[in-house]
Amino acid sequence: MTKLTKKDILGMADLTVDEIHLILETAESFLEISTRDIKKVPTLRGKSIINLFYEASTRTRTSFEIAGKRLSADTINISASTSSVVKGETLIDTARNLEAMNPDIIVLRHSAAGAPHLLAGLVRQSIINAGDGAHEHPSQALLDMMTIREKKGRIAGLKIALVGDIQHSRVARSNIYGLNKMGARVVVAGPATMMPRDIEKMGVEAFTRIEDAIVDADVVMMLRIQLERQKQNLFPSLREYAQRYCLNRTNFKLAKSDAIVMHPGPINRGVEISPDIADDSGFSVILDQVANGVAVRMALLYLLSGGNE
Amino acid sequence: MAKKHSVKVVMDSEGIDRCLTRIAYEILEKNKGMDGLVIVGIRTGGIYLAQRLQKKISAIEGREIPMGILDITLYRDDIAKATQKPSPGKTQIPFDLTEKKVVLVDDVLFTGRTIRAAMDALIDFGRPKMIQLAVLIDRGHRELPIRADYVGKNLPSSLWEAVSVNLMEKNGKDEVTIEEDH
Repeated sequence: MTKLTKKDILGMADLTVDEIHLILETAESFLEISTRDIKKVPTLRGKSIINLFYEASTRTRTSFEIAGKRLSADTINISASTSSVVKGETLIDTARNLEAMNPDIIVLRHSAAGAPHLLAGLVRQSIINAGDGAHEHPSQALLDMMTIREKKGRIAGLKIALVGDIQHSRVARSNIYGLNKMGARVVVAGPATMMPRDIEKMGVEAFTRIEDAIVDADVVMMLRIQLERQKQNLFPSLREYAQRYCLNRTNFKLAKSDAIVMHPGPINRGVEISPDIADDSGFSVILDQVANGVAVRMALLYLLSGGNE
Repeated sequence: MAKKHSVKVVMDSEGIDRCLTRIAYEILEKNKGMDGLVIVGIRTGGIYLAQRLQKKISAIEGREIPMGILDITLYRDDIAKATQKPSPGKTQIPFDLTEKKVVLVDDVLFTGRTIRAAMDALIDFGRPKMIQLAVLIDRGHRELPIRADYVGKNLPSSLWEAVSVNLMEKNGKDEVTIEEDH
């Protein structure tokens, strides 16, 4: 069987199909642990994991923390707003100081694309990218793939539509890399101002109308409109965006009758997804994604936590 | 490189079946029936033996005895040191273990470390009333104070011998072999 020989998990772009399969299969085995009365196994006893988060996060940080704890590792959370970062310490200095305390894995979220790659070459610890700018968010793509596999039984051959702000979405980028490798047909839709130039070069079909993307789709993945970027005037108003790009009962009928709806969260109700779509457990798998996220992160921590060579 | 030779078959298909029949009766005798009794097979060899024992016990008693599957990878005492981690299999214990009498089933009892890990794992699922151990082969060389309650065959072996339990479900034939490594 394949083994994971990488020191770090930096992005879907550099994971092989075999490695993705290994991570997903390992995660499927871990899923059951979260359903036990005693949600803990002793596997990573004595390992320490630092969650270093330079950007706000509820889901991802909690998910990594719970994942570490369920494997019996010690998890430490650092958020930039309450750390020496506010005193002007650079990322490199912070990393060197953390390295000196000898943790085993550092999970990093940073607003600058490439920040985890920089640290990976700098410190001996394993680095997991928990989101770097608009670049990649590999653990999100992996949990999305795990959810698709759970609901659809496969990834290859499915039509998967990603709708929203493709340009600024690390979730979209990681999913495009990963889903393409796994043989899915990926289509994207969003306003022209939010569509990267030459997006077709990533191996996807691009549309400006949501309807064109979701027709006959097996999976509709809605992306969050990053309200914090509203001041950049990428679209005239939230209301107009919602009118054209909100997933609702009417346009969702264009997808396959057994299509599922995904969203990486946090959702803006009534902006990119209407509440009755988001809350209908008949096809919305948004909370399954969250549950699978813990299992995927357990798998990553487990597979990366090497021994003392 | 070590050359393998002299593969000896120590138990054939009928031998395995007779052993399991005897163990099934022994389990029922010792526990005075199957009330509160469950079977848990250890991945992977133990699963098939547990399924066969389940069939035999259910046939004798006329009702189904519950069976679960345990993967012990995450409880291994050498897991933290492994540079490349083995991928764990799924654990399925579809019933509450509290106050149950659990018969753990494995193919070969050797150092006892697998059983130690299995007991830790079981206790994370509840507090069983009792844990018993059934193995097809006991080959000795224990490294922990563990012994089996039900043994198919005691097979005194040297450390440089390899004992393999081949089962129809996994290897296409039922056979226990002992192989010498020189």
